[in-house]
Amino acid sequence: MEVATAPASKAFGAPGEPASARQVMARPSRFGDKAFEWLTCAMALTVAVLVILTGWELWIGSVGAIKKFGFHFLTTSTWDPVADQFGALPFIYGTLVSSAIALIIAVPLGIATAAYLTELAPLWIRQPLVSLIEMLAAIPSVILGLWGIFVMIPWLRDYPFAWLKRFFGWTPLFSGSIYGPCMLAGGIIIAVMILPIIVSVSREILRSVPDLQREAAYGLGATRWEATRIAVLSYAKKGLFGAVILGLGRALGETMAVTMVIGNTPQIVASLFQPGYTLASVLANEFTEATTDIYLQALFEIGLVLFGITILVNLLAQLLLRTIATTSATRAVQ
Amino acid sequence: MKPRNFCRKILATVLLAGISATASAQMLINGAGATFPYPIYSKWFDEYVKVDPSVRFNYQSIGSGGGQKQILAQTVDFGASDGPMSDENLGKAPGKILHIPTVAGAVVLTYNLAGNPTLKLDGDSIAGIFLGQIKKWNDPKLAALNSGAKLPDQDIVVVHRSDGSGTTFIFTDYLSKVSSEWKQKAGNNTSVNWPTGIGGKGNEGVSGQVKQTPGAIGYVELIYATQNKMPYAEVKNSAGQFVKPTIDSVTAALATAEIPADFRFSMTNAPGKDAYPICGATWLLVYEQQKDPAKGKKLVEFLKWAAKDGEKMAKDLDYAPLPETVQERVLKLINEIKM
Repeated sequence: MEVATAPASKAFGAPGEPASARQVMARPSRFGDKAFEWLTCAMALTVAVLVILTGWELWIGSVGAIKKFGFHFLTTSTWDPVADQFGALPFIYGTLVSSAIALIIAVPLGIATAAYLTELAPLWIRQPLVSLIEMLAAIPSVILGLWGIFVMIPWLRDYPFAWLKRFFGWTPLFSGSIYGPCMLAGGIIIAVMILPIIVSVSREILRSVPDLQREAAYGLGATRWEATRIAVLSYAKKGLFGAVILGLGRALGETMAVTMVIGNTPQIVASLFQPGYTLASVLANEFTEATTDIYLQALFEIGLVLFGITILVNLLAQLLLRTIATTSATRAVQ
Repeated sequence: MKPRNFCRKILATVLLAGISATASAQMLINGAGATFPYPIYSKWFDEYVKVDPSVRFNYQSIGSGGGQKQILAQTVDFGASDGPMSDENLGKAPGKILHIPTVAGAVVLTYNLAGNPTLKLDGDSIAGIFLGQIKKWNDPKLAALNSGAKLPDQDIVVVHRSDGSGTTFIFTDYLSKVSSEWKQKAGNNTSVNWPTGIGGKGNEGVSGQVKQTPGAIGYVELIYATQNKMPYAEVKNSAGQFVKPTIDSVTAALATAEIPADFRFSMTNAPGKDAYPICGATWLLVYEQQKDPAKGKKLVEFLKWAAKDGEKMAKDLDYAPLPETVQERVLKLINEIKM
């Protein structure tokens, strides 16, 4: 940044320039600056206001359910629109577990891909690979979901799932019968969906690591792996973490594709082969046909819970980011 | 320059659209609701332009719940729903809402079994399967109904709709009628607390999952099973006959179903030996007292046309038309609309 702006500012205040010309130039530019400042400020405020209004609307919509069910809404597991009994626990569980599965798969894959693309890949292969990954982000989630039902699930069921069951069937995670649509399939489809964002953000971050870092590592006799690990990945840790958080944000709110492969059964079971349900999915599924007031309010509260979880996760991430930043700073001092 | 050309084109299109909108002062009638009858409604709206070019329709297929909400909020001129409105919701309406039945459809049980045998099922066995009590395909109850077919020793995987839908409403309405246990444990609604099974989103989600999962059984609208060439079961009706779901057996059910004066009827498990038991009608919802007389008049004209001429198009689109006796009653009901 500094390198780029320095020559520009020098050119502006160039000593050879006549003073009058500079004054003429200065006035309109100051007005433009002010206008620009106000404009951007208004836009930034709009975003903030939108978020607050969304939260407010969700709160207003769900007040009835909050009053009726109280804290039980978050701790009970029955979701029965006929008897007007609503508990969100299985949906919260499903959202967190499916997002966790997605991160476990997508983070190593995404960061490794980004590292390959910036550090190791021959130049001719980089652009095509990047374009391919960006295309993955352009696939509509309904299409991914249909692909999930017709291609991914039958294949997963016959090969990887069967294999997992054979060797890890003794653990509660992979026990029970395999139907096809399940929590694991949901997590995998989310992983596919958040991979592009993790790869492209990580790639930008790794590219912004100054070459000096790498050169210094090589200069000290580091191997390629050591240079990548110490000089690049470690240096970019904070940024990479940000990429993961962006991915997580998407994972929590992912709706359509997940709904199509997760099995949509509100239950809490250890086995990842059993169907699950997420907050976003139940909204997508039931919102259009909810006719009674309390049912609708319960769905609004689901939205509020999802909103809350997203904010909470982001706050936690900020906190974590700060600790990472301070520990690496102290290490640097030492 | 390219971008400037593009801008000009956009400007021209906007202007043209504006001119054409003002030139033909068409009346726009807004509706919203059920997705199940959307194909036939949009066909009707297209055809009706030829009958009366001064009216245009705008129909949003946002789901029955949305249709009921919007007619209650008076944001549309008519609503559409796959289930009749509850007394509670009708109580919230600022005026009397009429239920006008249009067409009916069947919900079929489709399955994935080697050799695609035609299964015979009755209410008891269907409830048993969806309650999770009948777990294997060679269960004695199923074997007794299907003495000819060889049913495998295979787990039954139940697939149901995960999204709230009129299809689920019809199916659970039937199950509540034939099984007291179902009525007590799960009940009847657009979505219920399923005792067992996997949820698939939409008819396509259920049929997709049934197709992909050996040993699966699910329920979908008849048209989805026929279009996807999936097998479907014959179901024993209240007269003790096994009936194949067809347009005719649905119309037969409509003919024998008990239809009260306000047309909020359920036609599942209808009497009559040709009646297919799992089927339901779909309704248009309009206020008896129309606020805008000009619009109300056009709406009534359309409704009359739909009840007479529109019904003839139903069969081509795989919907069951109303039998003539019901059509006459519907026309009388439409005449009650006041301006």
